[in-house]
Amino acid sequence: MQLTAKILKKPITSALISVVFGFLVAAVVLSAAGYNPWQAFGALFSGMFAKPKYFSNVIIKATPIILTGLSVAFAFKTSLFNIGAEGQYIFAAMVVTLLGMKLNMPAVLQIPVLVLAGVAAGGIWGGIVGILKAKYGIHEVITSIMLNWIALYLSNYVVNLQAFHQPNSTGTYPINTSGYVMLLPTWKYSDSGKAFLKRIPWLKEVMLKTDVNFGILVAVLMAVLMWFVLYRTTKGFEMRAVGLNRDAAEFVGINVNRSLLESMVISGALSGLAAAMSVMGMAPHNISTLAAFENNGFNGLSVAFIAGGSPVGCIFAGLLFGGFLYGGKNVQSEIGAPSEIIDIMIGTIVFFVALSTVISKIADRLAKGDASHA
Amino acid sequence: MLETITLLISITFMYSAPLIFGALGGVTSERAGVVNIGIEGMMNIGAFVGTAVCFYSGNPWLGFLMAGLAGGLLALLHAVASVTFKADQTISGIALNLIGPGFSLFLCRMFFDGATMSKPIANKLPKIFGNIKTGSTAVKNLNLDITAVLAAALAVILWFVLYKTKWGLRVRAVGEHPAAADSLGISVTKIRYTCVLLSGIFAGFGGGCMTLDIIPQYTPTAISGQGFIALAAVIFGKWTPYGAYGACILFGFAQALTVVLGGGKFAIPSEILAMLPYILTIIVLILFVGRAVAPKEDGIPYEKGTR
Repeated sequence: MQLTAKILKKPITSALISVVFGFLVAAVVLSAAGYNPWQAFGALFSGMFAKPKYFSNVIIKATPIILTGLSVAFAFKTSLFNIGAEGQYIFAAMVVTLLGMKLNMPAVLQIPVLVLAGVAAGGIWGGIVGILKAKYGIHEVITSIMLNWIALYLSNYVVNLQAFHQPNSTGTYPINTSGYVMLLPTWKYSDSGKAFLKRIPWLKEVMLKTDVNFGILVAVLMAVLMWFVLYRTTKGFEMRAVGLNRDAAEFVGINVNRSLLESMVISGALSGLAAAMSVMGMAPHNISTLAAFENNGFNGLSVAFIAGGSPVGCIFAGLLFGGFLYGGKNVQSEIGAPSEIIDIMIGTIVFFVALSTVISKIADRLAKGDASHA
Repeated sequence: MLETITLLISITFMYSAPLIFGALGGVTSERAGVVNIGIEGMMNIGAFVGTAVCFYSGNPWLGFLMAGLAGGLLALLHAVASVTFKADQTISGIALNLIGPGFSLFLCRMFFDGATMSKPIANKLPKIFGNIKTGSTAVKNLNLDITAVLAAALAVILWFVLYKTKWGLRVRAVGEHPAAADSLGISVTKIRYTCVLLSGIFAGFGGGCMTLDIIPQYTPTAISGQGFIALAAVIFGKWTPYGAYGACILFGFAQALTVVLGGGKFAIPSEILAMLPYILTIIVLILFVGRAVAPKEDGIPYEKGTR
């Protein structure tokens, strides 16, 4: 019993149980609508794994939402609700695109400059929220929501400026190729590259048909770094202390306002990094007019919550989410069921994650029952 | 000039109506101590169900009613999670924001031949004075949508209920200090359930306003952020019905300004104008509103026996 209780208490258990419920609810909805759930799930998984390039695309799709997930999770540790990851992402994508287009330095300079620009842009956009919160006490949720829209319209404005707008399109010019962060972007199309890839079919498919890039490595690195900062440094300890009990933190001499501001800047920077990796790592390497939000930041909220705020958990939750988003299209094309079933499924998973407090209570009861019997 | 002024007024009330319903929903639930971030999702399902019912029945009022019911149904999930299971209310709300639009679009594809857009409805919700044909444009502009009146009425009713009735006092007590309320024999569970359900119904009405009145059909972007703006209005208005109402009107007015100013008379790009309402909101917050204090136990599940 103690063991069961222990297993139940692990965050991963509640995440897995939630995923099972997600599939169950989706199956019920699909059946009610007259579709065969097995076929639908089959289509979903074949859309994720059937071909090497599918799986590669799942990872590519997951990269930005792992990073925005980390962004949301980081702010949440300081008890800040960063619903503004979306705007931070949009603003950073805009800055990276403009710089990447106008600057043309060797890759060794271009890449770090663009990454830093994205990080800084996201940090600034998040920092505005932090300043308004620390200085004027304005709720971060309001400012974040407003800044999301401001970023969206600012980006649309910039896209349509003559200096950046690519004629006969809805977007800007792409960034210069020196800013690309795909794996060997020129070699893979060269003669020697093609000759080499010919011998390994799966690698050829992955390399030539998808934008394999370094983003996922960056995302994993960031997850580890974030864990280190939060749990092994004084700064991280202060931020978590502010998150757990603001008054107590203030009482022991932690500068609460500075912690809030720093947390928002770092959170924004992570969303900015997500944007930089997307623009630099995958086609079309530009930004377009946005009719509505693209949800890179909003999906980060779901990722962070499915992960229970754990940095490493964000990697897996992001992969799961990326897989569903990418594979979900296959559900529509193969069996004709609305692909929105994926949204319902993800929503259900998040819903059950919210309910997971129940699981730890059951675990407590199990452990207690055990103790009283012994 | 007079025409421009009345146009401003009419657009202000038109844009703010859905926001007001959403924000009043937020006020209702948060005053009882349940954070409702899922307003967006509830508005979305309301918007779809309202249009679908109106399209197939031809009756916009039936659609409006069903929109509220649909929002309430989604809110029931939130109530079960946050009251009965004491779940994290923020996460549950985020989940509803995924489930709501997901179901709307799923159903839309089922009912409208696989399209994510409904067909336009034949009968919209009426205007206050019906279809007046005569009179100047300036006067016609003042023939507001009936939803604007309903929204204002709901704000007054909610204010009255919250501040002038016994039940309202109980709601506020549950939001501020559930343990004290509980010790006086008030059922925290019952009050919170009622308020969350009401908040969903109001939000559903808000969604209905959008698709039964402003744009007479459901599209995937019919509800794009109104629920979040409503959420901001709740905080902006310091969790009071009149505050939230004022915040929504201010926001609607800023929207109206952008529409009127965007009429080509000024050399301001439309995208910059579109930012105006959002920038204005932040400025107003910095200058006038200051620190927002939520109901004390907002967002915290109540465990019997805790203090």
